[in-house]
Order: sequence, then structure tokens, then C-alpha cells
Amino acid sequence: MSRVSSRLQGLDFQQAVVYFGFLAIFLFFAVTLYDDGFLTQRNLTNIVLQTAPATIMAVGLVFALSAGEIDLSFGSIVAVSALSCAVALQSFPLPVGVLVGLGVGVAIGAFNGVLVAYFKLPSFLVTLATMGLFAGIARSMTNLRSVPVMNDTFTGLFGSGKLFSIPSLVIWTVIGVAVGHLIYRHTRFGAHVLATGDNPRAAQVSGIKVARVRLYVLMICGGCAGLAGLLYAGRLQAAKYTLGESDLMTVIAAVIVGGTALNGGKGSVVGALLGSLLMGMLNNGLILMNLKVSDQMIVRGLIILIAVAVSLRDTSR
Amino acid sequence: MSDQDVLSLTNIHKAFGGVVAIEDFSLNLKAGEVVALVGDNGAGKSTLIKIISGVYSPTSGDILLDGQKTDFRDASAARANGVEVVYQDLALADQQPVYMNMFLGRELTKGPLNLLDKARMRQETQELVDELDVRIPSASSTISDLSGGQRQGIAIARATHWASKLVLLDEPTAALGVAETARVEALIEQLKAKDLAILIISHSLDQVFRLSDRICVLRRGKQIGVRETKSTDKNEIVSMITGVA
Ligand SMILES: Nc1ncnc2c1ncn2[C@@H]1O[C@H](COP(=O)(O)OP(=O)(O)OP(=O)(O)O)[C@@H](O)[C@H]1O
Ligand SMILES: [Mg+2]
Repeated sequence: MSRVSSRLQGLDFQQAVVYFGFLAIFLFFAVTLYDDGFLTQRNLTNIVLQTAPATIMAVGLVFALSAGEIDLSFGSIVAVSALSCAVALQSFPLPVGVLVGLGVGVAIGAFNGVLVAYFKLPSFLVTLATMGLFAGIARSMTNLRSVPVMNDTFTGLFGSGKLFSIPSLVIWTVIGVAVGHLIYRHTRFGAHVLATGDNPRAAQVSGIKVARVRLYVLMICGGCAGLAGLLYAGRLQAAKYTLGESDLMTVIAAVIVGGTALNGGKGSVVGALLGSLLMGMLNNGLILMNLKVSDQMIVRGLIILIAVAVSLRDTSR
Repeated sequence: MSDQDVLSLTNIHKAFGGVVAIEDFSLNLKAGEVVALVGDNGAGKSTLIKIISGVYSPTSGDILLDGQKTDFRDASAARANGVEVVYQDLALADQQPVYMNMFLGRELTKGPLNLLDKARMRQETQELVDELDVRIPSASSTISDLSGGQRQGIAIARATHWASKLVLLDEPTAALGVAETARVEALIEQLKAKDLAILIISHSLDQVFRLSDRICVLRRGKQIGVRETKSTDKNEIVSMITGVA
């Protein structure tokens, strides 16, 4: 009984917004874009496949925001990781390429994290700077050229492959969200992340190593961006400096709409998944509507603005 | 119980840069004893509590806990040694449920994956608040939905749960109404009955006279004196605090 009522209390307005917004936009497109094939299984599957990298990045960002930090550099990390992996795959076997891709992501995250946790620099400024820094590095790594990925096992594993007829990108999404949710909600580390973002002083005097928490959340962001880079490289069978470039706004919006607080202490991994799918649906619908790219950007910007405003509305006032 | 002092402070000095916050402070506390620390704003009371709890280290002087010299590196080292603090500015994580605050930094886990044992934390929290008669809607309530008195009740309940030797309270009833204050004072009596040593800071002399066995007066970092509560009166304490005879 009390269990159930506490569950219901936990499902507060901010969390509920994403469910209703999701349904509303889905129904809207289902009706208005029915003739354009929005509801076909192929189109719906496509939405999930296309959002897979953004969903993985969103999972990472939930940890950073919940700890009271932010990562703006994950888009650039995606590009550097994907390129490093693609280059490595040209001369080394698959496990090396994967490890390089993920390792580069985690290492850049650690770089951000050390500056934030131990040099006490604000994560907003650190990651704003490293966003530019690593975008530049991504461009110079291969002189703006794209690097093809010929390894069929790799493109199957991280792109077009299937397991029991489930696309691998769907499997990665499910794994990423499930593991993220488990760590976030059901481990001491997850509790320490939330406490650090909520009240760092209280966390500190309670024996929580807040600096280490800050380092780890940024490493998680970097690792997730690395995995997103692998998924992009796998799906497109190539890596390029532009990968991840345009994901910043979408991913932040997905996470906020999904019920994660911008200033820490509160969040949801499952909400971030729904937020990400919502953003994917929006992209897809606007394309099916045959809007010009410029109009797509305007409409998307406005809808994100509304979605974020609604989900951040303080219901206690 | 032995007669050994739970806490013994000798010649504690603390300076922040050039500012001397505590000068030559010495005090002993026994189990089951309540000592009140009084003094005007800025006298150094909170600083002293932070020194005992490991938040600051003293510039010089010795801190003995159960006769053992201690040098806590941080607050968690003090906690591990049975010293709990209720801070002036509550150290609660507002957006988390009561039970997570009760176990903050000491979460219970279960199973091979060491996953959080939320059910047990919830249950133990409920038992504790019931026992101490802290009236909250439930152990799963979010802290920010509680009143000031309820929050203070949680902070004290947490200290009660974890303290094995010493509880330090920094103005635990400063923001509370009459009824809540009475409730918190009853909690403090329960701590005393559990044979814990208690050091409490308060600006309410009525409260100090209700709760304490001894009163220690600080003025601008200097220890003015310690009196048995039974054998002093408010006038004497007030003149010690203000320096006006
Ligand atoms: N971290 C610090 N750095 C520098 N000076 C400090 C610091 N903490 C306290 N002080 C100074 O030490 C003195 C004592 O402060 P403290 O907070 O201990 O006073 P208090 O007795 O608790 O006062 P109140 O009754 O207002 O809570 C003050 O002059 C204060 O400015
Ligand atoms: Mg004080």
C-alpha cells in the first residue's frame, strides 16, 4: 500500500510531462502524417535507430546534470572517438578499435573531470572550452576527410546488424538505458551523484567524496559519447568530424524534458530515453512534413522551448 | 560506565589567517552530560563545533575522544568515531527522500551487485522516526515537502541513529516554533538518557537552563568561564556573555 502510494507520489508533474508530451506529439503526427507514412513500422523503427546515439549521450548527461555539473563537449567527443576508432580499425582488429573509441571518450571525460573536480573550475566553462578544442582536433585529425569503416563485424555490431531480428542499435539503446537506470537508481554511486548535486556540503560532511563523484560523472559522459561515436560510425560505415556536431541542443532538451533538473539533485534515465525518442519523432515528423531545413530548425527550436518551459514549470507556485 | 571523559579539549586555538576565532579553549564532557555553549554572534561557537567534528583542524591544542588523541581529517572520520553533528544550516539533501538522508553516505546495500536496499532503509527510518515521535507523512517523503521542525527532527534523528559517543548541536531550535522546540528538546533529553555526551549551542537562555548540566561562555573567541547550571542564574550568564557586570 504505502509502496504504491509512494510510487505515485514519485511520479510528479515534471516526470509526467514527458509521457503526455510524447503521447500528444505521437498522436498529432500519427493523424496529420498518416498518409506520409509516419505510422509505418519502417518509419517508427527508423526513428528509434536514428535516436540511438542521442539516447546514449542523454543517459550520460543525466549523470552530469544530476551531480550539479554539465557537459557541453560530448558532441565533439563523439567525433574524436568515432574518428579514432575508424583509424584504428584500418590497421587493428575490432576489439582494439572499440577500445580506442571508448577509451578516447572516457579519457576526454576524465580531462574535463579533473579540471572540474580538482582544479575547481566550473564545468560549464571547462566543457565549453573543450567543446571547441576537441571539435578542432576532430577536424585536424584527418584533415576534414571522412574515414570509411570497412570492418563488417564492426558495422554489424554497432550499425546495421541484428540479433534475433532485433536491430543492434535498439539493443544498444536498451542496454544503455537499463544499465544507466540501474546505476542511477539502485547503487550507492547513484545516490551519491544525486546528493552531490542536491547539497554538496551535506554530501561532503556525510562522507561522500564529492570531487570523485564529479570526476566520475564527466567520465561517464565521455564514455557515453564514445559509445555514441561507435554507433554513428557503425551505422554510417564511416567517421567524420561532423558526427555529433548538431546533437548538443537535442540531447540537452531530451534530458530536461525527461525530468532531469538543470541544477542537480533530480533526474530520470528512463525519462531521458522518452525525451530522446520525442526529439527523434519531432525531427522525423518535420522532415515528413516537407518543411525547408530552415523552417524545420525554427519549428524545432520553438517546440523545444515550449517543452522545456512546461517541464521546468515549478508546480508549487 | 567509566568516569572517563568522552570528550576532552585542551588549549584549543584556531586562527583564520590573521583572525583569531578561538583562543585557548579547554573543556571536558562526560557521557550523559549536556553542556551548553553560549555567546554572542561571532563568538566562535560554530567554529568550535566544526573543530571537534573535523571540518576544521585546530591551529594548536589537543582533542581527546574517550581518552584517545584524535586528529580527524574530515567530518566523515569524526562520524566513523561516533561523533555526530546537527549543523546550524541543516545538512540535508532537500530533493531526496527522508530515508536517503537518514543513510546519506552510509547507504545499505544487498545482493551480489551491492544494490541499494531501499526497503530496509525505508523501514529502519520509519522505525526510528516512530520511536522518536518525529511526525512526518512517511519515510519516503521528500525533505523539501517538510516543515522546518520536521526537518530538524530528521537531522536530530539521524544524529541519534549514528552517534555512539558524542552529539554536537548547533542552534537546533533557532528557526522553530514553540511546539516544535519542545519536541526537539524532548529528543535531546532522549539522547542524554542514552548516555551520549551532548554539546549544544543555543541563543535561548531559557532553553539552556532547561536542558544543560553545565554552561560554557565564549566571548570573541575567549573562554569566559564554565558554570554548573544548578548553581548559576541568567543574570550571571548574561553578564559573562556581554562582559557587562
Ligand atoms: N571559514 C572562516 N574563515 C574566516 N573567518 C571565519 C571562518 N569561519 C568563521 N570565521 C570567523 O570566526 C568568528 C566566529 O564565527 P562563528 O561562526 O564560530 O560564530 P558563532 O559563535 O557561531 O556565531 P553565531 O551565533 O552568529 O552563529 C567570526 O568572526 C567569523 O567571521
Ligand atoms: Mg554559529
